[in-house]
Amino acid sequence: MHQVEVATTQETLLDNPEMILNMGPQHPSTHGVLRIILRLDGETVIDLDCDIGYLHRGMEKIAEHRLYPMIAPYWDRLDYIAAVSNGLVWVETVEQMLGLEVPPRAHYIRTILTELNRIASHLLWLATHGLDIGSFTVLLWALREREEILKIFEQQFGARLTCHAWRIGGMPSDTYADFEKDVQRFVDNFPARLAEYETLLSENRIWLGRTVGIGVISAADAIAIGLSGPALRGSGVAWDIRKSRPYAAYADMDFDVPVGENGDTYDRYLVRLEEMRQSRRIVQQALTNLPDGPVNAKLPKIIKPPVGDYYHSIEGPKGEIGCYLVSDGTSRPHRVRVRPPCLINLQALRQMCIGHLVADVVAIIGTLDIVLGEIDR
Amino acid sequence: MTMDIFALFAPPNLIDSFLLKFFAPETMNYVVWPFIQIGAVATVLAGWAAYASYLERKISAFMQARLGPMRVGPWGLLQPIADAIKLMTKEDLTPDDADPFIFKYAPYISVVAAFIVFAVIPFAPDWGVITDINIGLLFVLSVSSVGVLALILAGWSSNSKYALLGGLRSSAQMVSYEVSMGLSLVGALMFARTLSLSGIVQAQGLDSIWYFFYQPLGFVIFFISGIAENNRAPFDLPEAESELVAGFHTEYSGMRWSLFFMAEYAAMIVVSAVAVTLYLGGWYFPGTWRLMASYPVLYVFVSLFIFVSKTAILLYLYFWFRWTFPRYRYDQLMDLGWKWMIPASLVNIVWTALAIFVVQALNGWGGLRTIQSLTHGVNLTWAGKIIMVAFGFGGLFVTAAVLSMLNWRSRDFNLKKHRRQVRLVNSPKGQTAVASITKAVTSDG
Repeated sequence: MHQVEVATTQETLLDNPEMILNMGPQHPSTHGVLRIILRLDGETVIDLDCDIGYLHRGMEKIAEHRLYPMIAPYWDRLDYIAAVSNGLVWVETVEQMLGLEVPPRAHYIRTILTELNRIASHLLWLATHGLDIGSFTVLLWALREREEILKIFEQQFGARLTCHAWRIGGMPSDTYADFEKDVQRFVDNFPARLAEYETLLSENRIWLGRTVGIGVISAADAIAIGLSGPALRGSGVAWDIRKSRPYAAYADMDFDVPVGENGDTYDRYLVRLEEMRQSRRIVQQALTNLPDGPVNAKLPKIIKPPVGDYYHSIEGPKGEIGCYLVSDGTSRPHRVRVRPPCLINLQALRQMCIGHLVADVVAIIGTLDIVLGEIDR
Repeated sequence: MTMDIFALFAPPNLIDSFLLKFFAPETMNYVVWPFIQIGAVATVLAGWAAYASYLERKISAFMQARLGPMRVGPWGLLQPIADAIKLMTKEDLTPDDADPFIFKYAPYISVVAAFIVFAVIPFAPDWGVITDINIGLLFVLSVSSVGVLALILAGWSSNSKYALLGGLRSSAQMVSYEVSMGLSLVGALMFARTLSLSGIVQAQGLDSIWYFFYQPLGFVIFFISGIAENNRAPFDLPEAESELVAGFHTEYSGMRWSLFFMAEYAAMIVVSAVAVTLYLGGWYFPGTWRLMASYPVLYVFVSLFIFVSKTAILLYLYFWFRWTFPRYRYDQLMDLGWKWMIPASLVNIVWTALAIFVVQALNGWGGLRTIQSLTHGVNLTWAGKIIMVAFGFGGLFVTAAVLSMLNWRSRDFNLKKHRRQVRLVNSPKGQTAVASITKAVTSDG
């Protein structure tokens, strides 16, 4: 990453118009332990550099020493906001290596729960993004909705945040008794609530002033950097893995991909809001067509995928989360590599921020929707 | 002696007779009474500021689908006291590299500047006016703007970059909003023709109208500038939590931090009280004058209650704004101040002068009588009032037109026109779509 040059000669603040501001890792709005070194002229950002790794847990290395099913809980803790989606990458990759046929009911339930997780993740993004720009009420309103999803997760998986949702070949158990009722209630209530959140922000003059034209990234740049997810779609690129390489039951679902135009913070805001509505549509469809049957495929006693390289990716809430897996034919993977959407999206930060003010840096970090657990792994 | 204690709760003339046992009349009038008044006002306002924080937490909680403080006392009513004890017993840290003298004394400037203004605020008629100086309004403006000094000094002496940025922001912000705040008052002064705050209230009483109806624009500008001057959301940039951690008071802890906090709430009460005095008729309320002749003591208490209620309503607006709006950016704040607020207050002055001129010119024209007297402020007849109120509210449109003419080129002139829809892309069910760049943008664009 680009290095900010820190002046070695000790000048006083008044001699030099430039100032180095160390933002983080304990800053309230760097969404975790991100450290950003800003070079400022007054409050204008001249240059910045990100210092990451404060949350490094060596997950890729750990994975080389674990059996295939044992790796899954580590994946849940990559992007802890979207544990359900993360878990899905790992189990689907291994399933594809083994050539397992997962029963359709499991696919549908996976679709429902990952979409609910997408909504939960986007709600948390809305909450923190709103908070970064100074709207505190959005935070608590959005968390109230997220709570409903977390209740469903808690009943289904026994955990609210780090849900160990899936097993290779299907699900640990079928859904709980009132699952469909709970999900249906959420689906019914959600649009009205989302419209309520929009009244606080979408037409607010201050919100528009803070987001329109901030952190612009063009479609070509977005592709060059490798952005994915809402950050890419906000720039006008209709790229959604749920459409282009459907996994789980997405091939059966009818949904739209929202696409922005200007690639600014406001477009990404609109895209994410629309994605929540589309997610709700998907959940509704999957719930209506939920097939009966088993939720588990028959598995060998010891999982030993054949020798080879595999790559599988899904559309996580933050972007394309992928898994590159090298198998040497033993019960432990030879190498695991995560394609972390947040890390790659964070690369755009410098380009987006330069020339803007300190206040915009915070807004842009919010709009990139990063989770440090996944960046540092 | 026990009976004498009850005298404290009695009307002032009883307290007078109680005090006369101990002091000479001169000492009592010029030393003892002022001290009693100062003590009462300072205590009550400190309590009010503390409970304003409680109310803010409760109100924000109700806006945000939660309960707020509930643990300390019934409905958390003792929370401010618990907070005060906690803050007073907390360690008072001074950073190593800070300038210790300035760092330690900046909070006092802030709190003194906020509280001293109450000396001239007329809470109620009679003994409710502590000091009635004939330049009361100038006193309010000049003393409350000393508060900015505390913020600059705090930001500077902390030797922290966040605090420095906070101090810089607050100085620029308060200086620019001071201008529009001062200018917006001129309109009301044209009607009252006095700078004494109780004189302004009495002028509204004589004219039997609140100046809000003559000066709706002046009120709006004053109140917005007041919010900005107090560094309250959506103008809370000097302490913008998400950007500057805590702005100018990043390095403060314990009681020194809470002095800033109290000063903030006291300053809010000051702005609300001045707005009530100038625009909302102070202690007047339709009908209460009936009490004046027969129950003078009750009248003062009722007036006090009315004044406090009006102030509380404006305080509620503060809370409402804070928990509804996102925060302005620094440059947008400056734009708002210099490109909207100051031109608007200038237009308001010109428009008000024009209105008074027209009303005066109409007096006696075709048998129309608009002016009753001009001795104690502008005193209009019903016809004159109707014309003046029409001018006042018409001025809103005039100002909007002028401001639009001034600002129609600026980037965020009409942000509301910005589209609020995203394009939806769909592919037939089950069919794989390929990525498509829908808008060709060059990388340097």
